Formats: sequence, C-alpha cells, structure tokens
Amino acid sequence: MTSSTAEVAARPKSATTAPTRKLTLPLRWISPVALVLLWQLASSTGVLSPDKLASPLTVAETAGELIADGQLGEAFAVSITRVFFGFLIGGFTGVALGLVSGLSRWGETLLDPPVQMLRTLPHLGLIPLFILWFGIGEEPKLALVAAGVAFPLYLNLHAGIRQTDPGLVEAARVLGYSRFERVVHVVLPSAVPQTLVGLRIALGTAWLSLIVGEQVNADAGLGFLINNAREFLRTDVVVVGLVVYALLGLTTDALVRLLERKVLRWQKR
Amino acid sequence: MAKAVSVRGLHKAFGARTVLDGIDLEVEPGEFVALLGRSGCGKSTLLRILAGLDREVRGAARVPGKVSIAFQQPRLLPWRKVWRNIALGLHRPDGRAVALRALQEVRLPGHADAWPLTLSGGEAQRVSLARALVREPDVLLLDEPFGALDALTRLAMHHLVEDLWTRHKPAVLLVTHDVDEALLLADRILVLDEGRIVATHHVDLPRPRRRASVVEQRTRVLADLGVEVEEAA
Ligand SMILES: Nc1ncnc2c1ncn2[C@@H]1O[C@H](COP(=O)(O)OP(=O)(O)OP(=O)(O)O)[C@@H](O)[C@H]1O
Ligand SMILES: [Mg+2]
Repeated sequence: MTSSTAEVAARPKSATTAPTRKLTLPLRWISPVALVLLWQLASSTGVLSPDKLASPLTVAETAGELIADGQLGEAFAVSITRVFFGFLIGGFTGVALGLVSGLSRWGETLLDPPVQMLRTLPHLGLIPLFILWFGIGEEPKLALVAAGVAFPLYLNLHAGIRQTDPGLVEAARVLGYSRFERVVHVVLPSAVPQTLVGLRIALGTAWLSLIVGEQVNADAGLGFLINNAREFLRTDVVVVGLVVYALLGLTTDALVRLLERKVLRWQKR
Repeated sequence: MAKAVSVRGLHKAFGARTVLDGIDLEVEPGEFVALLGRSGCGKSTLLRILAGLDREVRGAARVPGKVSIAFQQPRLLPWRKVWRNIALGLHRPDGRAVALRALQEVRLPGHADAWPLTLSGGEAQRVSLARALVREPDVLLLDEPFGALDALTRLAMHHLVEDLWTRHKPAVLLVTHDVDEALLLADRILVLDEGRIVATHHVDLPRPRRRASVVEQRTRVLADLGVEVEEAA
C-alpha cells in the first residue's frame, strides 16, 4: 500500500492523470473534426466559394498532386535550406555574443547596451533595409531568419549565465577548480535550461521570419508556391502551403521539447 | 609541528562596518574546535577567509594544508548525479569508486545515481559532507551544516561527524548555534562576539560524550554568550 502511494507521488503524470487523459483525449477531437466537416459542408453546398477557400477534400487532393509531381518537395527543400542556414548564422552570432557578454564584464559593458536597444526593434520591420542592403535574392531572407534567431538566443544565454548561483561557483573554487574549469563545470551547465527556452523561441521566430521573408520576391520555396497560387486564385495550394508551414513549426518545437526532456532530466518535476 | 590553522591579528571590514576585529587563533592538526556566537558576529566571514574565498583582509590567516568546507546550504550541482558531485572534489579518473566509498561512510549507499534535487535536506547535507571528505582535507570547515535539520537527523549527524573525524583526523572548525552540539563534539569552544574571541573553553570530557555529562559546563558557556540559566536540580 505504502509503496504504491509512493509511486503515485513520484510519477504523478503517468499514475494519476492517465485515466482522465484517456477519456478526454478522444473528446478533445470532437470540435476540430466537426469544424472540418462544417467547412466541407459549406464548400459542397456552395456557401463557401472555392475562390475564397477550397474545400478540405480539394486541399487533400491538391496536396497529393503537389507531392506526386515533386513541386511540394522542391519548395520544401528550398525553404528548409533557408531556415537551416539562417539559423546557423543567427545561432552562431547569438551564442558567441551571449557567451562574451555573459562571461566577461567588459563584454557585457560593451555589447549588452546596443543589443538591448536593437532588440526593441521588431526585426520583421527590417525587411526594407535588408532589401536595400542585400538585394532581393537569398541574402535578405537568410538575414531575416538570422536576426530572428540571434536575439532570443543571445538574451536567454546571457540571462542564464548571469543567473548562475554564486554559491555553486564558490563551492567549485574551494574544490580547487580554476576559472576556466568553473565556467565549464558550473556556469555553462546552469545556463542550459534558460538557453533551451531561448532555442525554442528562436526556432519559432525562425519560421515566422521565413514566412515573411518569402513574401518578398521569392522565385522558389513554399512562399513562392503560395504567392504564385494566389495569382491563379488557387486557394487549395495556399492552404497546403500553410499546413506545411504549420507542420514544420510543430516538428521543430517537438524536437526541442524532446531535447529538453533528455538534457534536463535532473530537474524536479 | 606546524599548526593546521594560524590566524594573527585578523581584521575584516565591509565598508565602514568592522566584522572581524583582531582575531588570533591557532588550531592543532587533528583538533576539533567549535565556534559559537550570535547571528551576524562574523563566524561565516571567518570561515570564508580560512577557505580562501575572501582575501581582502588585514592581518594573517594561514592554512597550510588542504582545506574543505561544507556550507550551510549543501551547494550540490543539481545537474550531476550524487556520485559525480562527490567525485568533483577529486580531480581523479577513479572517482566513482572513491565516491561510492564516501557515500558508504555517510550512510547513503544506494543514492549514488540519484539526482541531488530528489534528496531530502539531510541527505543532501550528507552528500555535501562526503564531497568535503573525499579530498582528505587537513582542515575541515563546517558552517552550521546541521542548521536546517530536524533534531533526530542532527543527532545522527553528530555521531557521523565524530565518527568520521576519529577515522580521518582532520582539524575541524565547526560553526554552530547549538551549545550542546559544541560540547558533545569539540575539544575546544571559542565564543565570538563583536568581532573578537571573547572566551575559550577546553572540553576535557571523555568520548563518546553523553548529554548528561555536559550539563555543568554548558551553564558556563551559556553565561559567556550572555544567557543566564537556572540550573534544574
Ligand atoms: N559581502 C558582504 N557585504 C557586506 N556585509 C557583509 C557581507 N558578508 C557579511 N556581511 C556582514 O558581516 C556580518 C557578519 O556576517 P557573517 O555571515 O559572518 O555572520 P555569522 O556570524 O555567520 O551569522 P549567522 O550565525 O547568522 O550565520 C553581518 O553583519 C553581515 O551583514
Ligand atoms: Mg553564518
């Protein structure tokens, strides 16, 4: 008896909420499914014209066609490459600046004020400048993604480093750890949770930046697919593009959650 | 023989506020010294100076040997399993074997692979003690390590500390608010007040000591702390 209650206390997720979740999980699907059915009904009866919004069935059919003829795959590859390299550039910049300003007083004095000022700018508003600086090719799109990634990573890494418990650093000092060793063993690990928060925000912003960036004169990628479809009133293609964007965002978010669960196993839940 | 701790004319001030005002203190190797005093009288400050964490002082504080300190909070790295926290004190590759032995000594076998945040207060405190001990220090500084524990765990910890001290024989400087604790464990009790050592008591009672045997001396120590007690017959 006692051992079973102890297990309940230790793992509240699986033990106590499982039965209720089993019940509510199917129930939670009722209204979304009903909405899709309603949407289909409105399309079939002609209430919703295909020029405004294609029916779910048409969207599914179009998705199948776009996959079959390789258009979607191609657009997908272009867009994902943009996010990947934009993320790489922004991630490197954000982490490098965050480390410098988190770990050194001078770095903080010199770097933090301008970064804090710049972050108040909505970075999506920088598009006109980026176009003037980089033209209308790949560069402004990468720059936009990079800017969206760099700021949240910088801010959270910096905050994470600054939040390190000085007591832990002191304890390591008495144990004979050099300054470099203290950074490696104490300061950086204690900044990890906050940095992962930053990573999740950064990925969300990366997709948003991509979507906005691809509205600007794209000749390939998901944004191009969507814009092109608009000109031909192909709302079905537009919806397919939007769904792919959403799925990509959800996937990366799930990946970060997975990473968090793995890396932050030590945290009490 | 070299002293384990030798402090001469030690002054420490935070801004205009003088906290330590001319401390002289010598501790023999293997001696157990307890440090008593009101809250805010500078006990932790003294320990931090001895541990080398605060060098902005006047006077001399020499601790030639290896120092370990157990803080009032356990200060374990939460992202390292218990045994890795203990091995942290070693800088050696065979850390796990040594850490497991130390866990055995503080009576926590089986917790080697636990995360620190899952430990109870007393368990975490014992891990912290184990981490301080694996370094085989010449001087062990204990800053109210039992302060946050319940009476029963405290009692168990007293036995544990005395036991470990008997076996490893480091010089110990124990900060405490508990007069009984000091009388049960220490060879010598120092009373700190207004930044000076105002009284010294030698405790020559045979070990292991019992509560009853310390009652008489307790009254005198309490008097030095400014507490008058009516002795019950
Ligand atoms: N970093 C600091 N800056 C300014 N004042 C400090 C600092 N550290 C300690 N003090 C002051 O020095 C005095 C002694 O502090 P200390 O921590 O040594 O007291 P203590 O004897 O350990 O007290 P307690 O029994 O409550 O732990 C206190 O008045 C405290 O406010
Ligand atoms: Mg203190």
